[in-house]
Amino acid sequence: MRLEPVASRTMARTLGLPALALAGTVVVASLLAMLAGANPFATLGLILKGAAGSKFALLETLNRATPLIFTGLAVAVAFRAKLWNIGAEAQLYAGALVTVLIGTKLGLSGPVAIPIMGVGAVIAGALMLLVPVILKVRLGVDEVVTTLLFNFIMLLFISMLLEGPLKDPMGMGWPKSEALDRDMRLPRIVEGLRLHWGFALGLIAAVLVWILQSRTTLGFEIRAVGLNPNAARFAGIPIRAVLLKTALLSGGLAALAGYSEVAGLKGNLTLDLSPGFGYTGIIVAMLALLHPLGVVVSAIFVAGVFVGTDSMSRAAEVPTYIADMALATALLFMVLAILLTNFRIVRG
Amino acid sequence: MPSLAPPGVALKLTGITKRFGRLTANDSISFALHEGEVLALLGENGAGKTTLMNILFGHYTADEGKVEVYGEDLPPGAPGAALKAGVGMVHQHFTLAENMTVLENVLLGTVPLWRPTLDRTAGRARLERLSREFGLAVHLDAKIKALSVGERQRVEILKALYRDARILILDEPTAVLTPQEAQALFETLKTAVGKGLSVIFISHKLHEVMAISKRVVVLRHGKLVGEVATTDTNERQLAEMMVGAEVALPKAPAAAPGEAYLELRDVSLPPEGRRVGLSGVTLELRSRQITGIAGVSGNGQAMLADLVGGLAVPASGEIRLYGKPVTAWSPRAALDAGVGRIPEDRHAVGSIADLSLTENAVLESYKTAPQSRSGLMDWAEARRRAEAIIARYDVRCPGPETRIRLLSGGNMQKLILGRVMEAGPRIILANQPVRGLDIGALTYVQERLIEARGEGAAILLISEDLDEILALSDVVHVMSEGRLSPGFARGTKTQGELGALMAGQGFDDAA
Amino acid sequence: MEIVDILLSASFWGAVLRIASPLIFATMGELICERAGVLNLGIEGIMVIGAFAGWMAVYAGFGLWPGVVIAMLSGMAFGLLHATLSVPLGLSQHVVGLGVTLLATSTAYYAYRIALPEVTSPPRIEPFQPVDIPVLSDLPFLGEALFSQTPLTYLALATAGIVAVVLYRTPVGLALRAVGENPSAVEAQGLSVTAIRMGAVIVGSGLMAVGGAFLTMSAFSSFFFEMVNGRGWICIALVVFGAWRPGKALLGALLFAAFDALQIRMQQTPLGALVPYQIFLMVPYVLSILALILMSRRAEVPEALMVPYNRGER
Repeated sequence: MRLEPVASRTMARTLGLPALALAGTVVVASLLAMLAGANPFATLGLILKGAAGSKFALLETLNRATPLIFTGLAVAVAFRAKLWNIGAEAQLYAGALVTVLIGTKLGLSGPVAIPIMGVGAVIAGALMLLVPVILKVRLGVDEVVTTLLFNFIMLLFISMLLEGPLKDPMGMGWPKSEALDRDMRLPRIVEGLRLHWGFALGLIAAVLVWILQSRTTLGFEIRAVGLNPNAARFAGIPIRAVLLKTALLSGGLAALAGYSEVAGLKGNLTLDLSPGFGYTGIIVAMLALLHPLGVVVSAIFVAGVFVGTDSMSRAAEVPTYIADMALATALLFMVLAILLTNFRIVRG
Repeated sequence: MPSLAPPGVALKLTGITKRFGRLTANDSISFALHEGEVLALLGENGAGKTTLMNILFGHYTADEGKVEVYGEDLPPGAPGAALKAGVGMVHQHFTLAENMTVLENVLLGTVPLWRPTLDRTAGRARLERLSREFGLAVHLDAKIKALSVGERQRVEILKALYRDARILILDEPTAVLTPQEAQALFETLKTAVGKGLSVIFISHKLHEVMAISKRVVVLRHGKLVGEVATTDTNERQLAEMMVGAEVALPKAPAAAPGEAYLELRDVSLPPEGRRVGLSGVTLELRSRQITGIAGVSGNGQAMLADLVGGLAVPASGEIRLYGKPVTAWSPRAALDAGVGRIPEDRHAVGSIADLSLTENAVLESYKTAPQSRSGLMDWAEARRRAEAIIARYDVRCPGPETRIRLLSGGNMQKLILGRVMEAGPRIILANQPVRGLDIGALTYVQERLIEARGEGAAILLISEDLDEILALSDVVHVMSEGRLSPGFARGTKTQGELGALMAGQGFDDAA
Repeated sequence: MEIVDILLSASFWGAVLRIASPLIFATMGELICERAGVLNLGIEGIMVIGAFAGWMAVYAGFGLWPGVVIAMLSGMAFGLLHATLSVPLGLSQHVVGLGVTLLATSTAYYAYRIALPEVTSPPRIEPFQPVDIPVLSDLPFLGEALFSQTPLTYLALATAGIVAVVLYRTPVGLALRAVGENPSAVEAQGLSVTAIRMGAVIVGSGLMAVGGAFLTMSAFSSFFFEMVNGRGWICIALVVFGAWRPGKALLGALLFAAFDALQIRMQQTPLGALVPYQIFLMVPYVLSILALILMSRRAEVPEALMVPYNRGER
């Protein structure tokens, strides 16, 4: 058995195979639902209804998609350069932490604070990823493990702050920070609709990243470094500088997820601010084939799966973890689909 | 033991056909290897020799045809079966685990994997006996990475002998050897044949084929085009069979050199991983001159190429460009200084397989106008540049948006050549520029280099093919173990003298 | 002073072995995979599924040892998935590994909810009990420190020894090491690169799962979400720290466990009470990062680690 490059990537291959991957995921999810003793069609129907069946459901899905757009973009940018940033979770919390610090400790007035918190968050997230990437380019330390370990350290660090200096005295003992003033929150896009500007910021970020990747020299450098660092180095592309720039970009994007959750939705920092948005960002990015605009679509899709499953599990006896299983399956099917878009499996 | 085969036939190939996509690498090839003979398999690069041997050994499965060893069918696609049947193969690129010892490499796979123990003592004794019998001295407990190329080849042969190989296949075995090491290999092969082994010797070097073989089989474009007894033929006839018609390889006419564009003065570099370092290398690249570096590969050429190409910085000594010492040196700096580079490995270093031709065409020039302005790419301009290269350098491809992965080696090399030439280089580093190319692409690339010389470029040509060096170079240096001989003007040294230098003999008094 | 007291107590060393046991299993599993050339980032999830499967099997009445076997099989199943995608298909080991971790983890959680839909807190099982070894266990100090462990701890130590012997003394170990150095050397000797690599990933994953099972069957006697808590990632760091050698990796796991046991005890000292407990909990992760930095570029990394092998492409 061998893999042989496909001569031309036809439309059928580039679109059909990912579609097949999603169809396969639906089949797996149906089987899982049956395992729980539920009717798969009814279950899928409930998920769909819960995700997009009403204005409320749809807004809930878009709200949930907002942090995923940022973490998805963060992963997509990094993975293009084969920079394995698995630490979006830590960068998200770094962004959230700085947002809360600026918002509650500096005594700024509302409208001034909003952009400053954003910039501060981006810087914090960028620095958070810079450390493992410097270790990678200077010492050859694998960034997968370091970024993963930083997630645990960061969460403990936040926990320490929330039980110590950042603890809300009015919090009745709960480990949470003080809340941002009302006028420091991201306003709603349309008055009366429960959807804040974080979502719009996500869309803008996606477009900017897309322009960066497809139209700028840096985007070209990132792709070249990711596909073949030796050839990139030979061609005069400064690999380390490109990786460091990618790290700043990726970490900054992930931090915006924390910023938008705190300033747009929650108002304060808690230990359950992110139910694994950083890790889910990997799935979002892979389902989008690392395309920035695709990330928006796939973030909404993934968020819909989660929101719909939450709602479904209240009605049917299917545990919510079916969503996690289905998405992990989708991830594996999708990498397989990408492979088969470019290669065919031949005998001999 | 077999009975049906005609006596004396060790190996028989019948109608072997192998296609890769649209390319037919082997087209219905049939021949036989007789017991106790050396059969030469001759053909230029890309003629299908290696593919054929990989089928024979089971790395590939043939689309049609069959292989018989001593009269019995060999199951396809199973190296294990080939080994069991007594076929041993010495690959062109050695298949040895660097961080393991000679003994471990030989014992690997000789005992069924489910066995609880590995008898090293018995293995050692047997291996010592074999190495004495065949004159293949090598230290059994040395790690492979500590061995010279010649020693590694001996390990490869020992691996085959240890498994009772009755048929030995050697794929371009002399490509990596000095002439003296090659002579020693021939002695070993004669010993082996004397003991009843049969040998297939794959090569494109005619004088070796004439020296060692009893019969010659010639492949061209995947087809068998001739089968002759060595005594009934001569080098000229074989050459014609190999390339079709008599092809005149380009020869560079003499020309008057200009000023020195690039100088290396007493440059040294420590070894790096498997790369040999440089010790006190002095070199001058002049305008209107091709400077050839002869030598067996792996003697520091890679490091020299890195140095000129900007990937390595001298540990001591200096680089001078256009008469001035260089301070900051990097691939970018080299490009900006007008150094065009054709790298040794066009697949892994010269191009990015999954990028399009357009993107590969601007890989070195994307930062300058008109390909980009203030950080923004102009892909229409980039595409225009790629189209120009495709047209001017005869790159056969479906279009500029094709992934370069899908191009043949020759077309890939033409695109790289075009990328280099379009930048108008004053200095050109050509590292193994024609290795693996068919005769058409080969002459094309060489002609373009000669043309560039005519236009005033200073060219550094590195090749392990001495004939190529001699045909093109105005000045020849020889490289051995990281040292560089002085330059010899065209025609002042014979092939034999250069060969001795390549083996490191008389290096200190060569001047 | 308190540190000295802690280091001199037999119970401390007993705890070191207990803490080290799951790490030893999983580190050896990862080491086998990496020596064969495959980075197995599925480790974290495979430990979760092992922890769940072993515990569930005991809860369902299969008994302790069958539970260990079932845990191992569950890990091997996910190992097979990883191996299929990463070896013959040559997909990115990073992405496949993370995918396997996500899938294995969610499978364990989903199965838990399906099997026990009503419970609010997970039921406890009767775990492995410490086994006294005649004579040795009665030794003063050493008896309590080293010879009063559950069978799984003894098995963990034995596993490290077995892995070392298999790697360096047997034909299959030779082939496994070679396939991580240069797969074409292995194929040229008539062995199947795919089979050896897949085998290594499957067996290695089985060991990882037993490491996970230690947590539920010997340490905590119950299954909690997020109980593995990054131990898998730590084991990857331990493999690097151990320079891909079983002996050194075992030493690394013990050293690591000693620090961990120390920080747990330090928390209870008057001095420790002054420091936020989160600082202590960070110790394992910080140590892992330090270990990676310390060993960077020192060790001989298997040459073909993370390089997929596609036949005929050379």
